[in-house]
Amino acid sequence: MDTHMTEAATTASGAEILLRALKDQGVEVIFGYPGGAVLPIYDALYQQNEIRHILVRHEQAAVHAAEGYARSTGKVGVVLVTSGPGATNAVTGLVDALMDSIPVVCLTGQVPTHLIGNDAFQEADTTGITRQATKHNYLVKQSGDLARIVHEAFYVAKAGRPGPVLVDLPKDILINPAPYSEKPTSPHRSYTPRTEPDPAAIRNAIALLKRAERPIIYTGGGVINAGPEAAELLCEFVRLTGYPCTSTLMGLGAFPASDPLFLGMLGMHGTYEANMTMHGADVMLNIGARFDDRVTGRVNAFSPGSKKIHADIDPSSLNKNIFVDVGIIGDATQILRALLAAWKADGTKPNKAALADWWQTIEGWRAKNCLKFTQTQNPSGIIKPQYAIKRLHELTAATKRDTFISTEVGQHQMWAAQYFPFDKPNRWMTSGGLGTMGYGLPAAMGVQIAHPDALVIDIAGEASILMNIQEMGTLAQYRLPVKIFILNNQYMGMVRQWQELLHGSRYSESYSEALPDFVKLAESFHAVGLRANNVGELDGVIQEMLAVNRPVIADICVDQKENCFPMIPSGAAHNEMILGPEHEGQARGITDEGLVLV
Amino acid sequence: MQVEGSGPHRSATISVLVENESGVLARVIGLFSGRGYNIDSLTVAPVEQDQRKSRITIVTSGTEMVIEQIKAQLDRLVPVYRVSDLSREGSHLSRELALIKVVGIGNARQEALRLADAFRARVIDATTESFVFELTGATDKLDAFLDLMRPLGLVEVSRTGVAAIARGTRTI
Repeated sequence: MDTHMTEAATTASGAEILLRALKDQGVEVIFGYPGGAVLPIYDALYQQNEIRHILVRHEQAAVHAAEGYARSTGKVGVVLVTSGPGATNAVTGLVDALMDSIPVVCLTGQVPTHLIGNDAFQEADTTGITRQATKHNYLVKQSGDLARIVHEAFYVAKAGRPGPVLVDLPKDILINPAPYSEKPTSPHRSYTPRTEPDPAAIRNAIALLKRAERPIIYTGGGVINAGPEAAELLCEFVRLTGYPCTSTLMGLGAFPASDPLFLGMLGMHGTYEANMTMHGADVMLNIGARFDDRVTGRVNAFSPGSKKIHADIDPSSLNKNIFVDVGIIGDATQILRALLAAWKADGTKPNKAALADWWQTIEGWRAKNCLKFTQTQNPSGIIKPQYAIKRLHELTAATKRDTFISTEVGQHQMWAAQYFPFDKPNRWMTSGGLGTMGYGLPAAMGVQIAHPDALVIDIAGEASILMNIQEMGTLAQYRLPVKIFILNNQYMGMVRQWQELLHGSRYSESYSEALPDFVKLAESFHAVGLRANNVGELDGVIQEMLAVNRPVIADICVDQKENCFPMIPSGAAHNEMILGPEHEGQARGITDEGLVLV
Repeated sequence: MQVEGSGPHRSATISVLVENESGVLARVIGLFSGRGYNIDSLTVAPVEQDQRKSRITIVTSGTEMVIEQIKAQLDRLVPVYRVSDLSREGSHLSRELALIKVVGIGNARQEALRLADAFRARVIDATTESFVFELTGATDKLDAFLDLMRPLGLVEVSRTGVAAIARGTRTI
């Protein structure tokens, strides 16, 4: 690796060198929280104007905010926290970013090098604790390594499958003079992930796809991570083939939900048509998804009759959960470009008659209207949570503003995925892999910082929102007009649903006892508080929420007993879905084997 | 359809060339424990001092799908240069070294010495009532020798774990 030392820089402190490296990496915003070990960095931040620091109220929220920033922009999100508790508080956010492949660089303070290992005040073995919580981490032990490691951290966060990278910075390294080295121009010594797909694998994939009679294209967060061009190429490819397309939770928005070729999300709470199409397919193309257990259900019954093609940037994703017939390693953009070219070059005509039959079958499944629900229009009637999200979408769409949605975790998250359609990538921020309650509000903050003029809404539950409610203070400080749309059913709804279906309706500890008055809570944090108690009040509350240019909590009181359907019970196959009470003829319930699964 | 956990188990000897930096061994071991893979033997030492590279040799076992996973998971670690499945890429040599302490007098002591000679173990320390043998060889040879020493006063063993390399001109 080239290291061009600049002479003048050798008089700068480590903290100044750190900021210089961040600027060279194009960093504009840091989400952080100060403390003893990082005071030299905060002092250096104070004396410059190029990098903006957003003061969060808890270190976990700093990481989620950086994730929201990263997911909505495609840039690396940057976090700065102190040693000890600062670092340990950030761990949940780091694992969240690891599971969802979000590029984040987390800078942590550390006690001075001579005190490491002495159980010093606010010392924690941060690199040890976060080794399995990050894609990679570094402890800077020598000033001469500082700039190189910071540059490398950004490279590793972005290269290949993105993820969180942590740099642990002892206080003496931040204070002592350090040399600067420019961004390296030569490749990394050991980490150079493959991005260009193997042409033979592309040919094999196209040969299978052209001869498919019952195809399905299944896309995931990898397409979003590859950038907007990958989403455009995906649309072009799906429309060229005329094949049905479904998406994971993380992939929503890469292919437009409004396109008739889109079947909706698949998996545990996916649509009937998406799951039945996956189950009956003879050829499956997976681009940038990882056969997560929330998608596959019982693995030996997952899409049992299909030849499987899996395109992924991470070779370890191949054959991890599901054995595939054709593996393609590479970047989704390059893979889609190659697939398009190969499809056009291949002379084989697809079987139009078989495809027409397949679509007829799919339309039969779609006609089941698996997401239907009954909403009373009596103004004093109870609001169904599905209806609240449907109206939120309709009234938001009417504003024609660029809209970003984040969620917390639970029923409201699944309803948002089902009832709030996305036509563009990077507009949907949710904790998919780790399922972190408390993700949505800080993620929305990060999105709003990156897109000051956009409409940013956190669709929340009354339990999840309390997990990072302190970030209302951050919204107030930076005047971030984030809208928090709480579907308040006074239960940890998904826990309650599982207790109803699996544990004999014994609602152990899932009732949201002693809730705050969210309207007053909002007001005490200098935000606007609104409440809809019934159907008649819903539209007015949503319209007022959208109209004010301030942070808002909209407390939407919804039906306490509503469950999220369709649902593939744990341990069941896609064709064993449970549909909602609106539908006749239930599939079998949860098996004993399913009970031990999560 | 092949599903994880199905299919016969096999043993695999995997060589990993890594950047010689702090934490790299913890990363490899953490990967194995975190994902529930077996480690039957693990050896590590610097091999290219000037280039800061170390070689880790891991003997593991699992289904074909699991072993392919192990290789892919190792390969995506940032400080890993190369991963080589020696048990699949042509024939290879595996050697282990053991230091074996046998305590005894009389016939048992003489028998231990005779067997050590038959196995070409070297005596590297002796007292009137003990020997320390040094034995190099494949794992099964060491196992066989230790089985013979057990009734003859075996009291302590120190083994290095497996070092392995491909035959012929092929390199990692």
